[in-house]
Amino acid sequence: MSTPGHPPMTAALAAEQGLTAEEFARIVERLGRAPTFEELAIFGVMWSEHCSYKSSRAFLRGLPTEGPCVLQGPGENAGAVDIGDGLAAVFKIESHNHPSFVEPFQGAATGVGGILRDVFTMGARPVAILNSLRFGRPEAPRMSHLVRGVVAGIAHYGNCIGVATVGGDVYFDAGYDGNILVNAFALGIAPRDRIFRASAAGVGNPVMYVGARTGRDGIHGASLLASAALDESDADKRPAVQVGDPFCEKLLLEACLELMRADHIVGIQDMGAAGLTSSSLEMAGRGGAGMLLDLDRVPMRETGMTPYDLLLSESQERMLLVARAGSEEAVRAVYARWDLECVVIGHVTDDGVFRARWHGDEVCSVPVRALTDEAPVYHRPAAAPSDLEARQRLDLGGVPDVADATAALGRLLESPNLCSRAWVYEQYDQLVGAGTVLRPGGDAAVIRIDGTRRGLALSVDCNSRYTRLDPYLGALLAVVEGARNCVAVGATPLAVSDCLNYGNPERPHVMWEFQEGIRGIRDACVALGTPIVSGNVSFYNETEERNIPPTPTIAMVGLLEDVERHLQPSFLDAGDVVLLLGQTRAELGGSEYLAVLHGLESGSPPWIDLGDERRLHRVVLRAAAEDLLRSAHDVADGGLAVAIAESCFGRGLGVRIEIEGGVRRDAALFGESQSRMLVSARRGRVKRLRELCDAERVPCAVLGEVGGDRLVVTGHVDASVEELRARWRSAFGRLIDA
Amino acid sequence: MRWGVVTFPGSNDDRDTRSALARLFDDEVVSLWHKDRDLGGSDCVVLPGGFSYGDYLRAGAIARLSPIMDAVGTHARAGGTVLGICNGFQVLCEAGLLPGALVMNRGLRFVCRDVTLRVESLASAATASCASGDRLRVPIKHGEGCYVTSDEALARLEADAQVIFRYVDAAGEAGAEANPNGSAHNVAGVRSERGNVVGMMPHPEHAVDPLLGSTDGRRVFESIRAWVGRSGA
Repeated sequence: MSTPGHPPMTAALAAEQGLTAEEFARIVERLGRAPTFEELAIFGVMWSEHCSYKSSRAFLRGLPTEGPCVLQGPGENAGAVDIGDGLAAVFKIESHNHPSFVEPFQGAATGVGGILRDVFTMGARPVAILNSLRFGRPEAPRMSHLVRGVVAGIAHYGNCIGVATVGGDVYFDAGYDGNILVNAFALGIAPRDRIFRASAAGVGNPVMYVGARTGRDGIHGASLLASAALDESDADKRPAVQVGDPFCEKLLLEACLELMRADHIVGIQDMGAAGLTSSSLEMAGRGGAGMLLDLDRVPMRETGMTPYDLLLSESQERMLLVARAGSEEAVRAVYARWDLECVVIGHVTDDGVFRARWHGDEVCSVPVRALTDEAPVYHRPAAAPSDLEARQRLDLGGVPDVADATAALGRLLESPNLCSRAWVYEQYDQLVGAGTVLRPGGDAAVIRIDGTRRGLALSVDCNSRYTRLDPYLGALLAVVEGARNCVAVGATPLAVSDCLNYGNPERPHVMWEFQEGIRGIRDACVALGTPIVSGNVSFYNETEERNIPPTPTIAMVGLLEDVERHLQPSFLDAGDVVLLLGQTRAELGGSEYLAVLHGLESGSPPWIDLGDERRLHRVVLRAAAEDLLRSAHDVADGGLAVAIAESCFGRGLGVRIEIEGGVRRDAALFGESQSRMLVSARRGRVKRLRELCDAERVPCAVLGEVGGDRLVVTGHVDASVEELRARWRSAFGRLIDA
Repeated sequence: MRWGVVTFPGSNDDRDTRSALARLFDDEVVSLWHKDRDLGGSDCVVLPGGFSYGDYLRAGAIARLSPIMDAVGTHARAGGTVLGICNGFQVLCEAGLLPGALVMNRGLRFVCRDVTLRVESLASAATASCASGDRLRVPIKHGEGCYVTSDEALARLEADAQVIFRYVDAAGEAGAEANPNGSAHNVAGVRSERGNVVGMMPHPEHAVDPLLGSTDGRRVFESIRAWVGRSGA
């Protein structure tokens, strides 16, 4: 079989579709003939790294994905967990890195659009968005433009579609100068017995196309843009970036949720990466079915489009669904009410073959399994980088202890990675949906689950300085940080979605970092009882042979049985007692303090004992349940002094603290020892808090008392809270708008 | 009383408005669709926040042509109560039911944060049961909330006490620092001449639940109930 007007397919043409010579040979062998032009194109996208996970699949199997709360693990549009009251939380995090570097506004906007579709496709109304952003140094070329564009793009899409952006994180690091990261997370709520899946079944059932018309945008967005390193021709790749229309998606969202209340849908999937090709193939693959599509029936935005364009376009705001035969008119009527187009473009077959026709002529006929389950799986060579030991070497004896701790604290609070993110999140609608209990800026966001007493805590985390120094420990600490952030707001950590951003997997040191990262996530998730229910892998974050630091972003979801009992990070009243739970060690490796004050990014990340961590969680959650705490704040980047400052800023209250000796002053104030929580309590509750700590063998030290308008650590720091706050609050704008 | 909450394609705060009303009162709340041609007997129609028609062309410019807006206009001219919040305020200005216009924030960015409002005039449905000078803590979230009008029209609005809310600082002063979007005279909300049609950029429906922050928004809805009760009596 060959398509008229196209030369015979060769390995050279296959290379243009991102396929290697070996992969091309494998296709010819599997089909028993040369593929057609269109077939080659769909092999190209389906076997791309982005769609097939060919370099990562073998290792992802090592992650824990099961647990009592799991309703849907990885492999669907999103994961789902049981949150009680007959409800499910449906969520996923996904990368949109390459498009956002090429065209920041649309790249980031469509990242949000895509992840929202993944969630409402499963029948869940999206209620919260978070995003995890990694930028290069603020002074790097194009960087302030990228920051402004990405934030404006996220704001544009999320605000317009009407889903609250409730949290996220932002880091700057030279390692992202040539590859920024935009990871978008969305969570929705669905009735637990009404979760829709992306599976095609029922011979003869109609395949329906819904939403925006197909144009020529985003062709090869997945296969070439997200599955290869960037280079100087980035600007040429702009047509591979999709263009988003949040208004159209809002209509699609409302119409789909309305339709899902009736019983017309067999399976539904959004058209994301590799558009119509991957959505139809994945649905057929999951259902063990075949599919026949008439491409000429697809609604088109312009004339002169070809089967190739229609198969590969990544135009946004489109869905594919398999309806029950006979339901076509009912389905159409719902979409028509929302002024959306909906047409039958094919039907489900039982021969396990994906066929596509163009005005009656067959242009594709490929076994579904050849494109899905039988995609290549690679065990690429892996080896630790040769300079790892050098990076981990740190002789603290050669680093002078801090002389002026007040000045050091001020510098840290206005440094790019520690200053207030209000510049970012004030551009996001944080409130729509009327469930935002804790807005961005704290440890985790908290949302109320409508119609129940419960709430959810949401956090995204990854410290890439830790992962660069130790890819295993760094990944493990990212999970721990997410869990601790949930605990800090009074939530029990429940489950994880992970977004694994790495460099070029064809480089052994990147593959090693990836495998180490998986190991770290696994160990932490097993220890903390938080399974992975969804996620994605983003490889090829490489530009001109520079690879990003390993960045396994962890999105942690926690559950509050009584959302009224949530905790928050600000000191509330003068006279409250300030305590530190957990052990401070003489650790500074990989700290923000060493990087900002000494230009040192070396050493080992902080020590962690997962047993200590769990004990801390139990103490804090128990204390929250007994209403012992007025505030709780995770001690993380920047250490104890920064945590204290942040707890002062909320109400503008001062504090007077004493710290014990034993650990050098910079480590005591700015070290990032794990498994610590800064809390405050009314004086009368301290005794009970101590009892809880003693029972769990968690160190508990009274540091001092809330009061006044100065932050005082006797003998070390003395500063006006208002002055510190003003510097902290304005620094981001000064970095980016300057 | 009966509230009608309109859903345009792209309305986002319609659900939140209905939930807020259900939380506050035992009143009837009906959902109105933009293609409806009557208001289902609503005493007060609320045009909610969001991005009706994606804010394409101009915020509110397309929504004002929706079938339901004829009924809203008739209701307003007959003295019926209409509240426009955020995008709803933009729609009312586009429809000519309120004076002035709302343009891109002076800072050129969307802004979401809590603001303090000072009640400036009691002769409106949204402020009828407030006291002059009362301060309300309510969130804003908009990209096009900068209130503009001609100098003469502004002078007339001020003279006739048609400005109902102003953005103020913690001390109650309407200075530049307290102005989140560059609105003329820090205007956050206005009323029609008769006071029955009111528009405001801040979101009272997002300030009714102590768990989520301020509860000052209920004062706006309580005022409307008092106003409707009075005019119905």
